[in-house]
Amino acid sequence: MILYYLQKLLFQLNRDPATRKQYESDFDGLLMEYDLTHEEKEALGKPDIGLLYVLGVNGQLLMHYAALKGYAWPDYIQSMKDGVAQHGPVRAGIYTMVED
Amino acid sequence: MALVFAGVCSHAPGITGRTHLAKPEDKDSFHAAYDGMRVSLEETRPDALIVIGAEHFANFFMNNMPTFAIGMGDSYEGPIEDEAWLGIKKHKVPGNRDLSTRLIQRVMQDVDVSYAEEWKFDHGIMVPLNFLTPRYDLDIIPININCQGPPLSPLARSYALGQALRRACDETPERIALVGTGGISHWPATPNSGKINEDFDREFLGIWAANKKSELLAYTDEDIYRRAGQGGFEIRTFIAVAGATAGATADIRYYRPIPPFAVGCTIGVVNLQQAGMRTAA
Ligand SMILES: [Fe+2]
Repeated sequence: MILYYLQKLLFQLNRDPATRKQYESDFDGLLMEYDLTHEEKEALGKPDIGLLYVLGVNGQLLMHYAALKGYAWPDYIQSMKDGVAQHGPVRAGIYTMVED
Repeated sequence: MALVFAGVCSHAPGITGRTHLAKPEDKDSFHAAYDGMRVSLEETRPDALIVIGAEHFANFFMNNMPTFAIGMGDSYEGPIEDEAWLGIKKHKVPGNRDLSTRLIQRVMQDVDVSYAEEWKFDHGIMVPLNFLTPRYDLDIIPININCQGPPLSPLARSYALGQALRRACDETPERIALVGTGGISHWPATPNSGKINEDFDREFLGIWAANKKSELLAYTDEDIYRRAGQGGFEIRTFIAVAGATAGATADIRYYRPIPPFAVGCTIGVVNLQQAGMRTAA
C-alpha cells in the first residue's frame, strides 16, 4: 500500500490547474505518473469515495475530490460510512494512529 | 512597536460554506462574535495581522513538510477551494515582504522556520480573514504549523514559536496583531464530522485562557486524538498564541458547539495590557 502517492495525486489535483486539466483530458496518463496500486486506481476512477477513505486518504484531501465529483456534503459523509460498512475499518494513515 | 492585539478563532469551512445547515441563531450569534473580534482588532490600529494557521494540504505536503512556515510574499491568494463550496470569493490578499523578512530573521534566532514566498490560502486562513479583514486591506503574514501530517512537532515547540514571535514583534516598529486559528475537538471531513467533545473544549479553553503553560504542554497527541480527534492537533495554533502572550490571561468571548460547522465555535481575545505587556501608544 503506497498511500503517499494516492494522497499526492489528490493534493496536486486540488491545487494545480494543470493537473486538473490532465485529470479531465487524460485520466489514465495522469495515473501513470503516480505509483498506485490497482485498487487505488479503481477507487479513483469509479470513484469509490468510501474505499478511498478506507485506504487511508485524509478527509482534508478527500472532501475536495468528492466535491469535484459532484457529491453534496451529506452524500460525502454517507459514502465514507458506507465504505467502512463495505470494506472494513480504515487500513492506513492518520485515522489509524490510535488503536481502539 | 509591539504586539497590539492577540486572539484565537475557529476556521472550519462550514462557518461560511454551510451556513444554511446551522440554526440561524447559532450562525448569527457566532458571526456576530467574529464581528466583535474585528471591531476589537481594528481599535488597536494594527499595521499588519499575523495569522497562525494549520493549513490542510493546500501548500505543504509530506514530500517536504515544514514544521513551521512563515509567509514572505508581497501578496497571497485565496481561497484555494471552490468559491461556492466555501462561500468566499477569490481575492488577492496583501502581504508585506519587508516586515515578513525582518520577523523571520528574528524568529530564526530562537526557532528554525521555513519561509514561503508563494502561498495559496485555504479555509484555514480565509475564513478568519473573511470576518476580520473583510475588505482585504490589511497586510497579512501567514504562519503555518503542521497539524496535519505526523510526525507533528511537540507542543512545547509551538509555545516556543509563539515566544520567538513575540520577541520579534516587540523589536519591530510596526503595530502587530496576532490571531491563532484552529479547531479544538473536531473530526473534520470524516464520518464523525459534527462530533464535538465539549468537555475537552471547555477544559482546554480554560487552561488556554489562564495561560497555564505546563498544563497546555502536558497533552500528548495520543490523548488529543482519543478525546479531540485529528482536528484537535490544531490546538498548536492556540498554544503558539499563548507563547506569544505569556503572563496574560484571555477572555473566551464565544464558545458554542455548532455541529453543522463541525467544530466548537470559538472566539478568544487576550488581555494584552496585563503583566507588563507593552501598551500601545
Ligand atoms: Fe483546520
